[in-house]
Amino acid sequence: MVTLTTNHTTGVPSSLTKVVEIKNLKKSFNDRVVLNNVNLDLYERENLAVLGRSGSGKSVLIKCMVGLLRADEGDIQVLGYDVSSLSAKKLIELRLQVGFSFQGSALYDSMTVRQNLEFPLKRNLGIYDRDQLDEIVMTSLKEVGLERAIDQRPDELSGGMKKRIGIARTLILKPKIMLYDEPTSGLDPQTSEEINELILQVRDQYHTASIIITHDVSCARQVSDRVVALIDGESKLEGTFEELEAANDSNLKHFFNY
Amino acid sequence: MTIKKALIDVASIYKFIIEFFKTTFSPPYEGREILNQCFAIGNKSLFLVTFTSFLAGIVFTKQSQPSLASFGAESWLPSLVSQAVVRSLGPLITGLICAGKLGSNMGAELGSMKVTEQIDAMEVSGTRPFSYLVVTRVVASTLMLPLLVIYADGVALMGSFIMVNSFSDSGFQLYINEVSTSITYLDVFSSMIKAALFGFAIGIISCYSGYNSDNGTIGVGKAANIAVVASMTFIFIIDLIMLQFLNLVR
Ligand SMILES: Nc1ncnc2c1ncn2[C@@H]1O[C@H](COP(=O)(O)OP(=O)(O)O)[C@@H](O)[C@H]1O
Ligand SMILES: [Mg+2]
Repeated sequence: MVTLTTNHTTGVPSSLTKVVEIKNLKKSFNDRVVLNNVNLDLYERENLAVLGRSGSGKSVLIKCMVGLLRADEGDIQVLGYDVSSLSAKKLIELRLQVGFSFQGSALYDSMTVRQNLEFPLKRNLGIYDRDQLDEIVMTSLKEVGLERAIDQRPDELSGGMKKRIGIARTLILKPKIMLYDEPTSGLDPQTSEEINELILQVRDQYHTASIIITHDVSCARQVSDRVVALIDGESKLEGTFEELEAANDSNLKHFFNY
Repeated sequence: MTIKKALIDVASIYKFIIEFFKTTFSPPYEGREILNQCFAIGNKSLFLVTFTSFLAGIVFTKQSQPSLASFGAESWLPSLVSQAVVRSLGPLITGLICAGKLGSNMGAELGSMKVTEQIDAMEVSGTRPFSYLVVTRVVASTLMLPLLVIYADGVALMGSFIMVNSFSDSGFQLYINEVSTSITYLDVFSSMIKAALFGFAIGIISCYSGYNSDNGTIGVGKAANIAVVASMTFIFIIDLIMLQFLNLVR
């Protein structure tokens, strides 16, 4: 891997600890190699953008990190857990500390927004008290600016609203790490901008470390402290957005207009 | 290649069933949601079950009457009908109706949750989707089918009474007496067991096909389709096996 910066001083003080460490990750489906040697570190309180074309295995990468998919080879450490060898119980323990925002938002469409947000509270934290639930749900909706949507159903919401609710639903468990799968895909520029701001706000307010998977260059520019490019199944270039832009690497020419 | 694929399917259904029993009998239990699902099942199927079993009672009685009459055995009509209804017709009609109605429903519902990543979302938030979605549905359909069958038997026998009453003017009391003397506890009990097996098969098969669907919207349609066809097939297979088994017992 070409590391464009010699140390992680790029917005990441070296005193911060690693929360994710991925080494030599390999994943294939049948005979199709999707990830072939991915190395990636994530530090406390940083936003790391993983830039790659569609179909390059970005979603597969973050799904391996939470055990939705099983890596073929390599080592994945998340918050000190070795993901590939976790018992079911430990896996749940880890998942409670990792928020996952899905590309299509994945709101539960048989439930209202309120019920969507209450679902993890009831099932994970065992909170059934009406007042307490209402308070947590309202606070969480306020943070994403959507109190008015509380009694709506997912199919009544716009794409941007769904994204926000999806993010609110994962934040409600106060995760230490956030994984965003294409947070701005399918959104107009104005809405994308708002989501980008929300991602920054989440980092500052919740002190989360985040991985933002995207093929949207302006999203990567806006939200990232650091960028890794995923090219042909490998993590190839790493640095700040400006460094990558200036690197003039032929692999990145679809993203930047050289 | 197809044999290999079939073996893989069998293995994964087997694993699915094992997972079902492991999850069902370990806490936390899903009492509240099971109750919701029972309610939903009743709601979805009650009208169809009423309608079809009532008609089946009428039709079966009307069709049997001439052949019994030709032996001069018309007075056996209530006992013939009641045995047919309780042993076979009631469970079969209820099973098939539920396979169609509930099977397609569970297959499509879980299938669309799967392809829109809602199941993955539950999985990564640690909310145990298998327990919430699969266990509740399978347990509910296993519990509800016997109840629906009892109800269907009653409705079919009412339909039958209307016909019996139109052939001869024997009263309701007499009819009920004849019905209750001709069906045994074993008949009722074994038909409950059969119904529970139908319910279990419908639940497991439909949840399996929905929970494991892929390929976007096409996959959802396929999941619903497989759920119905496979459930119906298994209902006949279970019916046959139970019949053989009961012949040994009787
Ligand atoms: N569950 C799966 N089974 C088979 N192939 C898959 C699966 N998930 C992803 N793939 C394949 O892996 C490749 C990368 O997918 P993905 O990670 O979704 O790309 P993206 O970078 O657009 O998120 C695609 O070619 C896709 O077909
Ligand atoms: Mg993707």
